[in-house]
Amino acid sequence: MAELNVPTMADMAASGQTPEVLFWVGCAGSFDQRAQKVTRSFVKILNHLNIKFAVLGKEESCTGDPAKRAGNEFVFQMLALQNIDVLNGYSVKKIVTTCPHCFNILKNEYPSLGGNYEVLHHSTFLQKLIDEGKIKITDTETFKGKKITYHDSCYLGRANEIYEAPRKVLEELDAELVEMKSCKTKGLCCGAGGAQMFKEDEKGDKRINIERVEQALETNAQIVASACPFCSTMLTDGVKAKDKLQVKVFDIAELLAAGQGLETVNLQ
Amino acid sequence: MITILQTVLFIALCGVAGFFAFKGYRRVYRNIMLGKKANYSDNPSQRWSNLLLVALGQKKMFKNIKPAILHVFIYVGFVITQIELIEVFIDGFTGGHRRIYHAVENIPFLRGFYVFTVSFIEVASLFVLFATIAFLVRRWILRVPRLNKPELKGWPIKDATIILLAELYLLTCIFSMNTGDMALAHGEYGFLVSGWLAPLISGFNTTVIEVIEKVGWWGHIIGVLGFLVYLPYSKHLHIILAFPNTYFGRLTPKGYIPNMPEITKEIKLMMNPEAAPAEVSNEPIKFGAKDVFDLTWKNLLDAYTCTECGRCSAACPANITGKKLSPRKIMMDTRDRLEEVGRSMEANGGVWKEDGKSLIENGYISVEELRACTTCNACVEECPVMISPLEIIVQLRRNLVMEESNAPNEWTGMFANMENNGAPWQFSQQDRLNWEKA
Repeated sequence: MAELNVPTMADMAASGQTPEVLFWVGCAGSFDQRAQKVTRSFVKILNHLNIKFAVLGKEESCTGDPAKRAGNEFVFQMLALQNIDVLNGYSVKKIVTTCPHCFNILKNEYPSLGGNYEVLHHSTFLQKLIDEGKIKITDTETFKGKKITYHDSCYLGRANEIYEAPRKVLEELDAELVEMKSCKTKGLCCGAGGAQMFKEDEKGDKRINIERVEQALETNAQIVASACPFCSTMLTDGVKAKDKLQVKVFDIAELLAAGQGLETVNLQ
Repeated sequence: MITILQTVLFIALCGVAGFFAFKGYRRVYRNIMLGKKANYSDNPSQRWSNLLLVALGQKKMFKNIKPAILHVFIYVGFVITQIELIEVFIDGFTGGHRRIYHAVENIPFLRGFYVFTVSFIEVASLFVLFATIAFLVRRWILRVPRLNKPELKGWPIKDATIILLAELYLLTCIFSMNTGDMALAHGEYGFLVSGWLAPLISGFNTTVIEVIEKVGWWGHIIGVLGFLVYLPYSKHLHIILAFPNTYFGRLTPKGYIPNMPEITKEIKLMMNPEAAPAEVSNEPIKFGAKDVFDLTWKNLLDAYTCTECGRCSAACPANITGKKLSPRKIMMDTRDRLEEVGRSMEANGGVWKEDGKSLIENGYISVEELRACTTCNACVEECPVMISPLEIIVQLRRNLVMEESNAPNEWTGMFANMENNGAPWQFSQQDRLNWEKA
């Protein structure tokens, strides 16, 4: 597999260059093994299209989202103010991220702390590339006759009203897009938001991701598409718990990379 | 003599009802104003548009078509029926009978308009009757799940039933008043629905028919005034507060949780101690909300606006999967605690005396409920009158975490990781680019 070309902001600044866009990788994209693959798929697309981007690398910190949603405004603002210092230090104007939580907080909550950027989620970013005719689907076999169902991330959907962009990305593939019982504004949460990802569930009858995966299985889709690393984890766990390993969970970036022949996805 | 007595009685009735209604609404206003200041006056054109579309136009109700149609029947019927009150008041104050009709009876066009209006009210009332019965059936026979949740046990479900029965009572009064008149005047008025009903009673002697008409007339106005007095003590107050609540609704993206400027100040001071402000406020800063006083007036308006329909809880992922959290209960508890505070203030001559309780625990919102929220905004999305249970949840969580250091162990570890290595997990910041090589 070809080496990825991942310039950092520090490299770019040292050579006097400015990237078009900063790719905010996020904690999941940096550290979670499954999400790392999504990060790589997204970079493959960026590299393939020769898009001049950079990452912060070791200078990136958590945006503070889980702390903020758990109620710890101190930790959130400490991280946010540090991140804003770094971002403003590099005069960053435009950010793209593969995580809806990073997207939401950078877009909505950083401005009043002094961080003003154009922030895009990778679904919108990819949709724009599609609209500009830059994405060429070369693999028409992998997805032929397959059903894909898209799971709306709360922080992309209800939180920021982005419902169509990820669907547009999936429509590029030669597959049938089917909807779950609860979708778009009524989309059911995967159970990870509000820092639930980082703690045990409260007492109840069922885990939320199981409820959601049951809805996904009802569609008979072979692929559950997600646009959030936390949703992906929750859905993958749910599919395992339901013993339906033939159903695969992928991020839209992985699927689009596969469509362009940049990635192989295992649907067996 | 009788007419004067009736006028006096009518005026006295209106006066007494007006007095108690005024007290009730003033109490609600005072309680809402116990909340913290918050500015919701930006972008008035967007706000008017929300009021017109969401409150007046019921836009969000139509996500759920069946109850939306039934609700529109009652809502439109209720508004239209009030037209008849104009004449009721004129007759009441002057001791007359159908004064508007008699003023226009010789002008064919206006007479026709009068008869059409009353007939229209009668037809609308039939729709209200249908919808009210349908609502009773949904609540008591079909037992729609969201209308039969644990938080509705006791007073809330009684309140809901009282309102529906009151609707039936008002309809009965309107029809007996109109039917009585139709029977007495041998159909001269020409009202539509009471015209069908009149033959049922026209065989009775005149006195009986007069009693039917009078009971209807007085019963109607007593019902309306009683309703007015009852409203500020009922979940049904949404018929009024839906309008200000949608006007003052949040215009920011749902994902936005406002930052706390008081914390920004502290952190900036920590990062740069030399930039200490000349004067330091001695007022102790309180982080997040522990009681109703710490919430904003908008949160409290939300609480009084809630009509306990439960669309929020039916959409809540935590509630669906059997967790204790119910966004509707968050709103009900907030209102109930606020009412308790209000009553206590009244008992102490308008002054608040600490009662050792708060909105968290004490039979109100439990820590377990607060912990179960995924901040997914499904409740906010669902609410037909733009209430945000989430905003209250987040403010209470802030109190738990920052004032009480009350967080599950996993969260405490997560906070420490975020502070020490810039990630919620225990990975080194130096390894942030490892994905490149994997």
